[in-house]
Amino acid sequence: MTVVHDEIVRARAPWSHVVKAGESLRIIDLEGNQAVDCLLHLVADTAERYSAPDTMAAQGNIYLRVGTVLMSTEGNPMMTITGSTVERHDTIGGACSKESNTLRYGHHTWHQHACVENFVLEQSRHAMGKRDIQSNINWFMNVPVEADGSLGIVDGISAPGLWVELRAEADVLVIVSNCPQINNPCNGFNPTAVRMVITAPEAR
Amino acid sequence: MSETATTHAARDHARAMGSTVVDTMPTLPARSATVVPAGVDGDTVVWAETLAGGGATSKVLSRGARLRLDDIEGDACVALLVHNADQTAERLNIADTVKVQWQAYPSTGAVLLSDLGRAMMSITSDSSGRHDAFCGTSNRVTNAVKYGDGEVDGEQPNGRDRFAVALSKRGLTRRDIAPNLTLFKGVTVGSDGEIVLDAVPGTPGTHVGLRAEMNVIVTIVNVAHVLDPRPEYTVTPVRITAWSGLPGGVDDAVRLGSPEVGRAFLNTDDLYGAASHLDDTALATSPNGATS
Repeated sequence: MTVVHDEIVRARAPWSHVVKAGESLRIIDLEGNQAVDCLLHLVADTAERYSAPDTMAAQGNIYLRVGTVLMSTEGNPMMTITGSTVERHDTIGGACSKESNTLRYGHHTWHQHACVENFVLEQSRHAMGKRDIQSNINWFMNVPVEADGSLGIVDGISAPGLWVELRAEADVLVIVSNCPQINNPCNGFNPTAVRMVITAPEAR
Repeated sequence: MSETATTHAARDHARAMGSTVVDTMPTLPARSATVVPAGVDGDTVVWAETLAGGGATSKVLSRGARLRLDDIEGDACVALLVHNADQTAERLNIADTVKVQWQAYPSTGAVLLSDLGRAMMSITSDSSGRHDAFCGTSNRVTNAVKYGDGEVDGEQPNGRDRFAVALSKRGLTRRDIAPNLTLFKGVTVGSDGEIVLDAVPGTPGTHVGLRAEMNVIVTIVNVAHVLDPRPEYTVTPVRITAWSGLPGGVDDAVRLGSPEVGRAFLNTDDLYGAASHLDDTALATSPNGATS
């Protein structure tokens, strides 16, 4: 296996990179309980992208685990979770925004940085915009649903050095917001850096 | 000679069809609808349509309008998208809707939240109580796998392509199809995250009442649920009725239901308060409570 890219994404920052079909992306939670909000777009047609509903419906389960196939809006496999040292990841909790922060925590949070700010900025670098934010994945985030339907972001189940690895099933543009949220436990109230390592199988 | 061999004969042939009435069609003008919810003044009705299984429709509704959806036979499956009619980049955000309200199963008293933190529509009544905020709708691939075909020109049309066509007529594209809410087909999330669809069909005669809190484009697709276990594509008509009204005022029960929803209404008020070209005279005189 050959490392084709290895980068530290600082706390609160956006990031994007193409992962080619057959390559793998490992996301490493360096300091523990750092939510990594994630969008996927097909390189060949960025209008086809990751879909949380299609992924959940296809596997009949809301949690993303080893073996989950991340499905596109058009019903095609984009990436597969080939390994994870965290038991499960979230895809129902969405991405934090300045606007939703005003609802969840009050208007005093209006000027705080948020994932949607990162997404819009990074997408603008790939000729996309706000309408291209649909559903997302939250790596390392814990969002249980109780029997009465109560749902919310609670204390994380990740820890320093834990990781998730994804194999690309097509050429995929991965867009990430290293979540800057400080009002709930998704980042342990302390946003930290994560590491991105892309590897390719050995040429034969 | 055939009935349509000449232009005049073809014209007469075409015009003879104009008064045809079928069970699933729009009624125009809407105020002439004969089936209207109890207590609603027929002259205020702005949308009256019965949508067949497999179909799609869309309407712009003004802030304050009431929308009632009736699952006549108990096997409707209404996939719903909502866009801000004045700035369509703003739209229903299902993740924020469940997350901000701390509740996976939207019902009476919940609001449909936009991705800009505003109340788009309120659920003012709900005799079904069984809906789905997780599974979205079908696409061409899912229906091809299950039914052998999912094309919109066929017998098992898929929800995503239905949305794409309906939204295209508003100048929108596939990029504007965010995850939808599904009404009348309920799912439950189990303790291990498993998604379980209710037994089908459901109960005939249930309804959901909504109120537009902003000017909205409502887009409705009535297609088989993506987890429907039946081998036959099965979905029955939904009756759509909308009438004019006022948005939720300062003493509205939905607005006062939680601090998060209260701030969502404040954000919607702020949109109409700051943009003076959007009429906001209704708010100050809004009556208490919902009547849908």
